[in-house]
Amino acid sequence: MNCTKCKSKAVIDLPRHNAAFCRPCFTTYAHEQVAYAIKHERMFGRDDRILVAVSGGKDSLALWDILLKLGYKVDALYVDLGIPGYSATSREKVERFAGAAARTHGATLLIHTVQDEEGAGIKELSDLVHRPTCATCGTIKRYQFNKAAVERDYDAMATGHNLDDEAARLLGNVLHWQDEYLDKQGPTLPASVEGFAKKVKPLYRLSEREIAAYAVLNKIDYIVEECPMAKGSKMLLYKEVLNRLETESPGTKHRFYWGFLEQQALRQNSGQAGATAPQSMAEKDRSLLHPCGTCGQPTTGEICSYCKMMARAKVAHSE
Amino acid sequence: MHVKLSHPERSVEIKGPKKARDVLRELNLVQEAHLVIRGDDLVTEDELLKDGDVVEIRPVISGG
Repeated sequence: MNCTKCKSKAVIDLPRHNAAFCRPCFTTYAHEQVAYAIKHERMFGRDDRILVAVSGGKDSLALWDILLKLGYKVDALYVDLGIPGYSATSREKVERFAGAAARTHGATLLIHTVQDEEGAGIKELSDLVHRPTCATCGTIKRYQFNKAAVERDYDAMATGHNLDDEAARLLGNVLHWQDEYLDKQGPTLPASVEGFAKKVKPLYRLSEREIAAYAVLNKIDYIVEECPMAKGSKMLLYKEVLNRLETESPGTKHRFYWGFLEQQALRQNSGQAGATAPQSMAEKDRSLLHPCGTCGQPTTGEICSYCKMMARAKVAHSE
Repeated sequence: MHVKLSHPERSVEIKGPKKARDVLRELNLVQEAHLVIRGDDLVTEDELLKDGDVVEIRPVISGG
């Protein structure tokens, strides 16, 4: 199979685009997809400072790599969750990548260690508050990434969510008709209220397989093992179903997610957006959110879910 | 050929020559969820894999 662009030997075929690429042309394709996403979804500009949430996995390290190579000013935050046999390896991958990023681009890596800051590892914390580990992890990461971005004055916080992540999440939200979550499924979430960082997903046009291929072809050493806590997650099931559909009908995933985004934009432009328009979402946020009584981050309740969780963990720990 | 698989980590021997897509099919794996790597290089699904090749089939799906 030959490269669609330069006709040399291809290393990856992309059935959804009816194309195949050699190593250099595939790297160019990935960079162009991200550059298009940033511009089309008005994520950030040339002078903005970006904070990338990194985990040691392919998506976040590839995102950091691509943004740096596109010439953006990008630092990263790693949250060390203290998962036995997993966090040490993922941290090592992040630190190694960060060393090279610091030398080549002057980028900085920030590290938040859950054991030091929250007083226990993720497993112990979730046992103390009787919540699933993934839910506890999500609460801590969302809170700490937002906190770091706001306190350190970054213009946007970027995550490595890819096309498969967004299509699977959309499928889950549609299957359960969770309208309120559909509102927030866009690749750009504005800093709607004081205390919330702008959140962007520059990889939403690239599939998970394409990002893994980018990492391999660009020699990014990432953690291949799956997080042991994610076993049996619904997201994995939705992704499996979507990949079976994709195999039978290439392009299904991007038509599903991008089609949703187009419908959202059409409704917004025709003035029929209802609750799904970013403007009304920001208005809704402003009317519902106020500072948490403990930490000051925006929340719908009196105390935010992170502070509630930490208070419960403290009580349970002292019993 | 020697094929390395993950989740859980294991190896299998598969008789060549065979196209990458047929190796995936034989192992009941979906192309969209995997990369086929020979040595340091990715290969396309029509690439012929031969006896003596060391191949890694790497899963790309994560739970996040």
